[in-house]
Amino acid sequence: MKKPPLSLYIPQPPARPGDKARFDHLSFDLGAAARMPDWRTPETELRDLPYGLVRVLGVEGSAWDPHLAPEVMRKGLRAMVQTRLFEDRFFRAHRQGKVSFFMKSTGEEAIGVAQSMALEPSDMCFPTYRVQGWLLARGYPLEKMINQLYSNERDPLHGRQLPVLYSARDYGFYSLSGNLGSRFGHAVGWAMASAYSGDTRIALGYVGEGTTAEGAFHEALTFASVYRAPVILAVTNNQWAISTFAGVAGAERTTFAAKALAYGIPGLRVDGNDFLAIWSATCWAASRARANLGPTLIEFVTYRVAGHSTSDDPTRYRPKDEGEHWPLGDPVERLKDHLIAAGHWTAERQEQMEAELFDELREAQKAAEMVGSFGKSKPPVSEMFNDVFKDPDWRVTEQRRELGI
Amino acid sequence: MNMIQALNSALDVKLADDPRTLVFGEDVGYFGGVFRVTEGLQAKHGTKRCFDTPLSEGGIIATAIGMGVYGLRPVAEIQFADYILPAFDQIVSEAARLRYRSGGEFWAPITIRSPYGGGIFGGQTHSQSPEALFAHVVGIKTVIPSTPYDAKGLLIAAIEEDDPVIFFEPKRLYNGPFDGRHDQALRTWAGLPEAEVPEGHYKIPLGKAAVVREGAEATVLAYGTMVHVAKAGIADSGVDAELIDLRSIVPLDIETVTASVQKTGRCVILHEASRFGGYGAELSALVQERCFWMLKSPIERVCGWDTPYPHAFEWDYFPGPARLARALLKVMENS
Repeated sequence: MKKPPLSLYIPQPPARPGDKARFDHLSFDLGAAARMPDWRTPETELRDLPYGLVRVLGVEGSAWDPHLAPEVMRKGLRAMVQTRLFEDRFFRAHRQGKVSFFMKSTGEEAIGVAQSMALEPSDMCFPTYRVQGWLLARGYPLEKMINQLYSNERDPLHGRQLPVLYSARDYGFYSLSGNLGSRFGHAVGWAMASAYSGDTRIALGYVGEGTTAEGAFHEALTFASVYRAPVILAVTNNQWAISTFAGVAGAERTTFAAKALAYGIPGLRVDGNDFLAIWSATCWAASRARANLGPTLIEFVTYRVAGHSTSDDPTRYRPKDEGEHWPLGDPVERLKDHLIAAGHWTAERQEQMEAELFDELREAQKAAEMVGSFGKSKPPVSEMFNDVFKDPDWRVTEQRRELGI
Repeated sequence: MNMIQALNSALDVKLADDPRTLVFGEDVGYFGGVFRVTEGLQAKHGTKRCFDTPLSEGGIIATAIGMGVYGLRPVAEIQFADYILPAFDQIVSEAARLRYRSGGEFWAPITIRSPYGGGIFGGQTHSQSPEALFAHVVGIKTVIPSTPYDAKGLLIAAIEEDDPVIFFEPKRLYNGPFDGRHDQALRTWAGLPEAEVPEGHYKIPLGKAAVVREGAEATVLAYGTMVHVAKAGIADSGVDAELIDLRSIVPLDIETVTASVQKTGRCVILHEASRFGGYGAELSALVQERCFWMLKSPIERVCGWDTPYPHAFEWDYFPGPARLARALLKVMENS
């Protein structure tokens, strides 16, 4: 009998430039929130959660509402607005030639900010390059951040790293690197070390949805599961990995939260543009981790409003207005509207806050520019040779001499 | 002690004297390791100090780095050096660069132990010598012992080092010295002076080579199993060669190497790994740059061939004493 020919399937995004934006491939009910089980519930009774969506804002009476004090929400709003203003400013600074490279987290600000605030100062975050809000929410000095972007004489990383690849130990923010996924397992190892030491601290690791395809993602989940590491493993699903839509990472067949099921760990799928839902899900997972109940995988469903980086033009691969049709809206607007509706905030105060943040930012940029923007100032060249090892070996010493320093 | 016992003793000493030390890898815990290097450690120090991992080299090293960042001193085992490659990204992009890229804020004082080298009919994936891959990576140190005494002292030093260290163990030397004369009776370490290993804590500093045999006519640079092959090859050649056991690939003891070649004027480099792009090329370049006016003869490299490590052709591939002796006689032709 003649067998029918096989046919290779290649996923394609629902819309390309010129098409009408569509998100009907995403399965969630905007009117409903996933149930909120007690955090002590065994994983075997949580297996519906990765297919639902944890939501608070816009859902009447959501069980996940963390009932935050107004001043906490206002602080979150402030950090999110600050993140957006900061990023808009330094995206423009790239056009002006003041930084060599930059990446924005526009539309994803709620994730880094809410998690930064919800976790303890001594917990450790193993970030991606798209959670800058973590640092701003923890009050990292703006000027220092800009010095890193400028690779100037006061750059805390001594001119060795690309802009945005920060490292801020005192703010619970692990050293970034350009290679994807390789630090996800560090979060697990760090958490295991904390558990081994009888400590109370937990770790948070981030990857984007594109990076879930890396082997390091599987490795981290396996180790986290096997050793019940006190870690929160976060996937920020912003629908795009540079020009590649999430379907190419596997999103057409399942949710990223559902990847947790096969590892026997709880998986939450959370509205990533909902500050309160992120907060709540983070605390839920943190409670499990702190009680030695092990890891949780959280998928934050969000949308990458900006291009991948200053080197990317998203209009070449997706509809120009796609972000405007994103069903989960804008995280800043949603929290602001919630605060105003509850009588804890006003449009005038928002305007005043934005003006203050704008001035603060301008002052910090001015101060950093006094030191020098990219190419106008750099750390002493001797810094190129430091920290290769704890103590330099003869090669470094000789090569320094060869360069005449 | 044989080399296995010496390595076991080093781990035992560190597990006992530093609660930050952890030992883990595939089959390392209850079973005590496929080469018995971790035998008894779990029973003595507990399952949290010495444990089995999933079969995932990338995961093992990622976990070790995270632990190192926290402040522990993990000693991770990769079952065979041939299988270290799934962890290459972790070693190269993470462990080696962490201190540098974070401006000194983070670092990972990890030790990666791994049996390496051939001469055991291990075929393509149980015989490789990948040290040159790591020598090219800035930010990590690579150490290879050749005797039980060195193995223990170097391993303790590696664990106490604040930089990441790859510790390759020549598995051909685990039970006894091997000089490449595969048709002769096997020897054990019993009764040999290098097998006299103190029970307690001692260190051999990284970056210090050992002059195994003093000589005046040529210098032989070797490490691991090749140190023993070199002894036999030198004896066969009748050349009064100085034999240097490098012990550390990185950092290299450049002073000992150059002092010797400046004295002898001739240099033969011996390693199991294939020749092209091998560590011998770096050694040869350094010797040429630093000893050019003292050289009486071109530098010779005796290495594995530029083929994958074969099974049936073990002794055609393995650079044995006869090949070294020929190279020594060749460098002596120019006098």
